[in-house]
Formats: sequence, structure tokens, C-alpha cells
Amino acid sequence: MGLLSDPNRRKALTTLLTRLNTPICVVCYLAGIAWFMGLAFEPFTLRTYMSENAMGSTMVEERFPAGERALATGREFAGHKRKAGGMPVDWLVKTMQDRGLEVFTQSFSRTLPFPDENKERYMVRGINVYGILRAPRAPRTEALVLSAPCSPDNSNNQAVGLLLGLAQYFRNQIYWAKDIIFLVNEHDLIGMQAWLEGYHHTNISGMDYTPLQGRAGSIQAALSLELSSDVITSLDLILEGLNGQLPNLDLANLFHAFCQKIGVMCTIQGKLQRSDWDTAEGYTHAVQTMMLMVLKQASGRPWGDHGLFLRYHIEAATVRGVNSFRQYKTDTTTVGRLLEGMFRKLNNLLERLHQSYFFYLMPSLSRFVSIGYYMPAFGLLATILLLRALDLWVQLGTPTEVTEDGVGEVEPVSINNQGSFDSPLTHIYIDLYSKRHSTFQMLFISGEGTEQGWRVLKLVALLYLAVLLGCTALINFSLGFILAITLVPVAACVTPHLPKAVSALAMVLLSPGCTILYCVFIFQELQEAPVSLSEGWMLFLSVISQGILDHSLFGSLVYPLLALLVYPCWLLLWNILFWK
Amino acid sequence: MTSGCFVARVAFGVDARVEKPNDVTGPVSSSEPGQSESAAVSSGGPVAAPVSEADEPAEAAAGGAVSPPDQCDEELVLRPLRSGDIYASFQFRTQWDTDFLHHGKKVSHYRLFPKSLGQVLSKFSVRELHISFTQGYWRTMQWGQPFIPSPPGAELWVWFHNTVEDVDGNWKELVNVLSGIFCASLNFIDSTNTVQPSASFKPLGLGNVTDHRFLRYATLPREIVCTENLTPWKKLLPCGSKAGLAVLLKSEKLFHSSFHSQAVHIRPVCKDWQCTSTAWELRQTLNVVFDIYTSGQGKKEWSLFKMFSRTLTEACPLASSSKVYVDVTDNPEGELFDLSPVTPLLSTAVVLGDRRTYSVYDLTKKETFGQLRSLNLVLRWKGESGDMLRPLLHAERYVAGFGLQTGEIHTLIYNNHPYRAFPVLLLDSVPWYLRLYIHTLTVTSKTRENKPSYIHYQPSKDRLRPHLLEMLVQLPPHSVTEVTVQFERALLKWTEYTPDPNHGFYVGSSVISALVPSVVAMDTNSTQERPLFSSFFPTKEESSYFVRVYTEPLLVNLPTPDFSMPYNVICLTCTVVAVGYGSFYNLLTRTFQVEEPSQSLAKRLANVIRRIRGVPLL
Repeated sequence: MGLLSDPNRRKALTTLLTRLNTPICVVCYLAGIAWFMGLAFEPFTLRTYMSENAMGSTMVEERFPAGERALATGREFAGHKRKAGGMPVDWLVKTMQDRGLEVFTQSFSRTLPFPDENKERYMVRGINVYGILRAPRAPRTEALVLSAPCSPDNSNNQAVGLLLGLAQYFRNQIYWAKDIIFLVNEHDLIGMQAWLEGYHHTNISGMDYTPLQGRAGSIQAALSLELSSDVITSLDLILEGLNGQLPNLDLANLFHAFCQKIGVMCTIQGKLQRSDWDTAEGYTHAVQTMMLMVLKQASGRPWGDHGLFLRYHIEAATVRGVNSFRQYKTDTTTVGRLLEGMFRKLNNLLERLHQSYFFYLMPSLSRFVSIGYYMPAFGLLATILLLRALDLWVQLGTPTEVTEDGVGEVEPVSINNQGSFDSPLTHIYIDLYSKRHSTFQMLFISGEGTEQGWRVLKLVALLYLAVLLGCTALINFSLGFILAITLVPVAACVTPHLPKAVSALAMVLLSPGCTILYCVFIFQELQEAPVSLSEGWMLFLSVISQGILDHSLFGSLVYPLLALLVYPCWLLLWNILFWK
Repeated sequence: MTSGCFVARVAFGVDARVEKPNDVTGPVSSSEPGQSESAAVSSGGPVAAPVSEADEPAEAAAGGAVSPPDQCDEELVLRPLRSGDIYASFQFRTQWDTDFLHHGKKVSHYRLFPKSLGQVLSKFSVRELHISFTQGYWRTMQWGQPFIPSPPGAELWVWFHNTVEDVDGNWKELVNVLSGIFCASLNFIDSTNTVQPSASFKPLGLGNVTDHRFLRYATLPREIVCTENLTPWKKLLPCGSKAGLAVLLKSEKLFHSSFHSQAVHIRPVCKDWQCTSTAWELRQTLNVVFDIYTSGQGKKEWSLFKMFSRTLTEACPLASSSKVYVDVTDNPEGELFDLSPVTPLLSTAVVLGDRRTYSVYDLTKKETFGQLRSLNLVLRWKGESGDMLRPLLHAERYVAGFGLQTGEIHTLIYNNHPYRAFPVLLLDSVPWYLRLYIHTLTVTSKTRENKPSYIHYQPSKDRLRPHLLEMLVQLPPHSVTEVTVQFERALLKWTEYTPDPNHGFYVGSSVISALVPSVVAMDTNSTQERPLFSSFFPTKEESSYFVRVYTEPLLVNLPTPDFSMPYNVICLTCTVVAVGYGSFYNLLTRTFQVEEPSQSLAKRLANVIRRIRGVPLL
């Protein structure tokens, strides 16, 4: 700690940092990227494991037999849906009642701020139907939710059929300790939002809805089911929720464990796991899977109906059946058995899921990267900002010291010698004060147009960006990291002395807006659905409008974050480039 | 008042002669203003009788020709519910013709009344005791009103005799003793979950003591009820589980149900219809609802054998009456279900504001059992299961909001009566760790504010007592009244958190007591012989009947630290302290001095030489 008290050594350090600033920054940047890419390398990741004992050791037997009947119910549902031209409320109510559930409905309406062109809706009006299976001898304090969206097109009928089939089967079992809510929500996320707000009696999005008549206590976990074909090849697990929130990792582990037990192919981000991690292809595959997760998480939107549960501290995930052209098919009975197993284990829970991780990235379904491993990647990028800030700080302090070098160092010391200020801390105060004083002077008095002026402005911008990105990364690592990748070089390099045209172009290309555009292309590429430039542009526009919609409908924070906090920072940097 | 005192003192004197006086509680009479006179007047002779009969048979004759022994009745009501489920309600009543409380003497002879309870009554000067253990929540919307309602978990309320000086001490000992008797964790009842309701729980027996200082009420919403609670409960029965209706009480079937509730109610009652003397009544009730889906195995058919895996072969020999009632009100023509064997005996009773018709099977009569010598009631459903009911009064409760800082408790009370308004008493007991913001309390009916005419609020004290909120609210006809109050979740001390595998923190049910307007005239004539199930709550008016509704308990999550954190915290703080403290200490204590540049040896030598030469130093 001689560093703090010994002026010479301190000086040596600052000179070192100032002199080697650029190389250190470059190394940090490259190291940050390399660290991030290394996260997908299997030896560096951890194998997932079940933390929650109640779900781990207890064996449950899955006996759901009625897949065919569930499909028939699904077809019946499809017929009634066509006839009713929307949600067949009466039929659903009656069917659920026949299965011995307590059935309730909730109607809701919402006018969007502007028409949603992706889903072609503007004034949304719908009805949610839900039935509660009351657990025998349970006091209505805890519940689980199984939901299936009722979509306007001809998809997802099988999901509703399976939901009703499971309801019938579950009703005849004696072992339930938690009530189970079977929910069919209309207009996907909007219906789900209305139902959740009704259930918790909150109104954060200005939705009109009728109050719920029946409740079942605090919801412990939820699964959303999407199934559009009679047979499936694999089940995809979707975890990313609103604002990049993720459910407890144990929920993913549970799904994975049952897939392996029952023998269903399971994927995450639509990607199967590969065993050849030591080959280049295997590694690339893992990187792609992880990048998809990062991009989805960064978007801050709920990627399935489960995404809205997370705000209420309810662990939730969406299970989506995928039917591709593989040979190996899984029938609905097996999917039903899988869900039955998951529900029985969730039913066994003695506590909320809290044992495992809430912050993680998954390069495959059996591997994860915890927050302690991925944060350094961001930390390395953020260090650059701090180093540049330090450099500027030193530069700003120098003029006063350069001219009267010997005096600056000796004078406070002589005061000490006289005995009135005995403490070296005073020395630091004086030192800092004199610097800050000059800084303020520069900022407010002589700031405009001078060389000092842009330095001060850049210092402020750097610190602001560092704090902003740091906070973002804590909440949503992916968003923070992606923003850091593009904004940090800009913030680190920008000075008024660069060639204007070229740097302006570079700045525009590295602006948050363009970052979104690249993300769109990369995302499409990773999903193996590459798009042309014009298609990409259209997608980009729709992503922006979706972002604004998500903000006004569900309270997603990405749009206000970019518009109100990140862009102003970028404009500061722009200002530095064109400093006069 | 004076005459009451006088008579009671006489009674005391009589006692003293009959048995050795045991002056534990002192002369009770002087401090007993509210005791009804007629009871006191007549208590002398007959009360002493059974005691003397026991201890000193020679004096039994002197005690009088009137020496009615203890009495015991048993009863089972089966009510087919519209949902297809079936509700079975057992009631066992034991009447104990003694009255030790009035005389402060010890009673050491027991006939039918369980000794364990009798000793508890006398030791702790209990006037009334009501305890219930319930597993499950009564679904009013599907099942209608139960005969005797109870909240999920354990509920205990006790009126102490008004001579008791240290009520809290007695209460504490009493719950520990009861905890042992019923094998339940009643010992978790302490001052943090005990309240003294001012209006909601009035004595149900004789005596009009209403000073709520002598009342204690507590619930344990998380109490799990299972066979270990059933066994001691069955042991209190006069015939045990050997004979009579109690043979049906097999735990493997009773706990294979949707709802299970067992209770013990002890209160002083009139011994006969003239109320010339008092007696202790012990009512043991057991309510169970069987689910057609899980135990019906697909067939819509119920029988005693299917429900209880036993049939009835005899009445309890000690019981003076033993009856099985089947509710056939909705089934006059047999369109809903078939009941066999058919009984010619029908009885009507006014229960819960409704005139119901029951088929009665009297187990004391031989012909009831038929040729097979066993009674197996069979009920075959014909109709479809009906819609949900609209009971006149029901309630629900939930926690609104999200996050771990604040929340809001909503209580919805439904009055489904088309044109009558009626008042209800709402009792809420909320643990201290939910800090109620009482200024946010709102009561709204039909979107308008509904001002309660009576509010009794006792704020909580941290770690000492819970919040108690009692309100008298008028429910407009055909309306939903919503009571909301906001709360803040307290941060507990780290030792106060329950062990890690916990569901959360429970808040007991709120209790809604009301006199609900009745469709038919209620029976106010208490002298008449009535079935047990219709005679628990005393009715005073013809036009209304008493109903108590319990809401569901709440499960609340409190902000819980990650308890693996202390290790990390210790590591982190140690590091911070070591590094930070070290360097700061260093900075604060170090003094700086301008140091003369130290000279090398050669230089010093040169200087010495120079000084000698008288040349200026280097």
C-alpha cells in the first residue's frame, strides 16, 4: 500500500498506466472477447446438476395413458374454434367442468399504441379460460400452472387437447399437494399479461380486464405448452423471459432429466447437443447455441408465454414441440408423460425453487456458465472505460503539475513538517482538491472550445457509460455485453483530432441502432434462416416497433434504456468527435 | 346478584359435606356475576349426585333419587353433494353431569367423559374449549355450508372461567397439555399468534360472560393433520373405535378424501329441557368429504363400505341414541340418486336456514340391520353433477402485488342474498412480520365506500403479539364487499427464519361470523329434541341463523437472505478489513519528513577531508 502513500511510486504507476494505456486497452478488449468465446468451450463450463433435493432423489412414475384421446380433444377444440371464430369459450368451460375442475373466465381488452403488423392486431379483445384442480386436503395456498395459448390460426390445438387430457388424468389422482391451474389464454402474451395482472391484482400496463373469480394461492411454478402437430421429433425448451430474466436453472434441469428418462429428444434454442466438443464443429455448435441465447436474452422480450411469469417470481418455462424431418418421432402420450413427471416433481417441492442459479448462459442443455464465469468477460471490457478515464484524469491534472513540478510535490509536505497538518491524508485531500478544482474550472469556465474541454466531456461520458453498462450487465448480462462490444471501442478512441468523415462513419456503424441491425442478421444466420439485406432491413424495423410495443404492453426496459440512456451517451461521444 | 351469590354459597356448602372440599379456586360464587340464576339455583343437588354416587355409594341415595348417569349419543349424517362428492359428518356427544367449576372441588370419578379432558377442564378452570384440526379447505362454492365450520390447520379457542387471574399463564400451560393429548404441535401457540377477539367468538354454552379478557383464540394454519391426531381423538370416544359408528373411522380411508376435519368442543349446557341444572357437553365431530373422482373409481356410486371399508353392525352399547341420517331433500322422487336399503323413517330438521329432509336409520333398533345383520348404505347417482352453488355468504382472500417489499391483503365477502342486507363480523389476525398499514384499510361494496360500524384494532408488537382487526361490516344485498389493507414485509433476524425447506410464511384464515337471513323459520326452541348436527350453534331469532365462514390461509414470502452467503460475507469482509484497514492505518499513522539525501561513504570521507582542508563541502 505504499502505492497510496508514496507519491513517487504512485506517480510511477500512473505513468505506467498512461504510457501503456492503449496497449492495455487493446489487450483487455481482445481478452474480453476471447473470454466470452471461451465460455462455450466445454471444458470451461460446468455440467448441470439438480440442486433441489425434493426434485432429485424422489422417483415418480409416469402413467399418463391418454395421448390419443387428447389429440381427439384437440381436434374437437379446433372444430369449435373454427366455428366460434376465436376462442370457443363455452365449449372449453363445459369440457373443463366435465373433467371436474372449477372453471372461471376472464375477459380483457387492450388497445395497442399502434397497430402490430407482425400479428395484425390493434384493438385486442379476448377471454381467458382457466380451470383449477383443487388438490385434496390442501388449503389453497400453493399452485402450479399449465398453460396453452389459443392462437387464431390453426396451430396449437394439440397443446390445448393435451392440456385437457392431462387435466382429466390429473383429476383422478390423489397425490396432489398443490392446486393445479389449467389456463388457455387468448392472444398469447396479452392474454397472459391480463391473467397474471388479474391474479395478482396489479395493473402496470393499462390493461382492461375483469377481476378473477377463483384463485389458488401463491403460484410456485408454471409451464407453457406449445404443440402444433400430432407427433413431434423433439421438444424445445425456452427460458428467456421479459427483460432477460431467466427461471431457476433447476427447472431446465428438471426438463432435461425427464427428457433423458423418457427418451425424448430435447433441444435448447432449437439446437441439439453434440458430443464432439473437441472438434471445431462441436465448438462452433456450442458457440452458436450460446450466441442465440445471448441475443434472445439481450432483446429483453418474452420468448414464450412463460416470460411474463418471471416478474412475479414464478419460475416458468415454455416447452415447444418441434416436428422436423427426422425419423425418430415421439407421440403425444410420451409428451404427456413427460409433463406429468415434471408436474409431479414440482408438486413434491417443499420450497420455492431457489437452490440453483438464476443467472446463467447455456451452451447446451447439459452445460451451463454461471455468473461468476461470464462476468469477467464484461469486466474486461468495462476496465477499458475506466483505464481511459484514468488516463484522461491524469492528463487533465498534468498541466498544473507540469509547470511547477517540484512545487506541486514539495509544498504540502512542507506543511506537514510544520506540524499543523500531521496526516498524509490531508496531503491527498489537498492534492485531489487542487486537481478537482482545476477540473471544475476547466469544465465551467474555460471548458468551451479548448483542448481541456473535450477531455472533460469525454471523461464524463466514459464514466457515465461505464456505470450505465455496469448496471445493465448486472440485470441483463447479454444486453450489457453486446452494447459494450460496440460502444467501448467508440468511447475509448474518439477524439476531435481523428479524420472526421471516416470516424463519423465508424461511429454510426457502431451506434446502438446499427448494433441491433447486426444482431438481426447474426440471429437469422444462427437460426439457419439467412435473410437478404432488404428483408433484414424490414426485420430490423419490425424489431424496433416490437421493442416499443413490448415496452408499452409488458414493461420491457430495452427500448427506454436505449432511447433515454444509451443514445444520449453516444451523442456525447459524437459531440467530442466534432468538438470545436 | 345477591340471591345468586347466596344460592351458590349454599351449593358450596352442600358440596363440602358431600366431598372433602378442595379449595383451589376459592369461593367461585363471589366473582361470578354473569352466571344464569336458574342454573346456579339448581346446581346444588343434582350436580353432587354423580360424584357422590361414585365416591361414596352410601350417600348416593341421600343425593336424591334423581341420579341420571352420563349420557352419550352418536350420529352420522351423509349428505350427497351436487358435485357428486359425498359429505359425511360424525358427531359424538357425551354429556357429563357434574359441575365442578362452580364449587372448586376436584372430581376424580369419570364414567363416559374422558378423564384426560376432565382433568384439563378442572385444572385450568376452562369454561369452554373448542379445538379443531383440519386438513384441506372447505369449498363453500361446491359443497355449501358445513355443519360445523373450521379453518385449515389447527384452531383453538378457549373461554376461561372468570376467576382465573393469570389467563396467559393458564393458556400457555393448557396449549402444552392439549398438545400432548392430541399429538399435535399446539405448543407452537404462543403470544405471537394468540389474540383476544372482542366480538367474533362468543361462548356457545351457558353463561353470558362476555369479557374477552378471558378468551384466547389461536390458529396454526400450517398444522398437518394425520393418523397420529386421529388416534388420540378416537380414544376420547366412549366406545373407542370398537363399536358403534366409530368402527367406520379407519384412517386409511378417512385420509383418502378431499377434506378432513376433526374437532372437540366442550361447553357447559343445560342438562334437561327445563334447564334446571347444568352439565358438561363434549362434542366430538369429524367431517370428511369423499371425492367421486379419486375414490369413486369411475363409478358414481357410494356405499358405506366403499367410503369407510366397513359396514355398520351395531350401535355403541353405551350410547342412548345412535342414528344415521341421509339427506334426501333434493331427491324426493329418487331422480338424483337411489338409496338402499330404503327406510320408512323420515325426519325433517331446519339446518342452516333450510328445511331438510333426512332418511333416518336407527342403529339401536334391530330391524335396521336386516337379515345380513349389517347396514351398508348404498347411494347410486343418476343425475349429472351440478354447477357451482351460490351460497348466501362466502368469502375468499388473497395477497396482491409482487416483489418482496410490500403487498396488499384482499378479502372478498360475497352476499348472494337477492334483497336482504346483513351485517358480518370480520376477524383478521395477521402475524407481526407483516406490518399492516392500517391507514390504507378500505372497505368497498359496489364501488362505494362502506364504513364499518365497529372497528377493533390492536396493533402488533414485534415478536410479541399479532395484529388483530375486527370489523362489523354491513353487506348490501347481492354484492361483493372488498376489504383491502396494505402491508410491508418485515426483515427477520437471521435466527428467526424457518429452516431452509419452507413453503413460506403462513397467515391464518380470517373469520367471518354472521347472522344470515333464513328462508324458513329457524328453530329457536332449544327444549325440543333435535338431531345433533342441527343444534350446535344456538339460535335466538327465527329469521336468521348463525354462520361462520373461514377464508383460505395465505402464504407469504418474506425477503430471505441467501444463507450460504455468511461464508462469502465473512471472507469478503475479512479481506476488505485486512486490506482497507491496513492501508488506512498505514496512511493515518505515517509521518512524512523531508529526508536529507543520504551520502555515500566516499562522499562522506571526501567531506571530512575537505573540512580538514577548509574547502567548502560537497
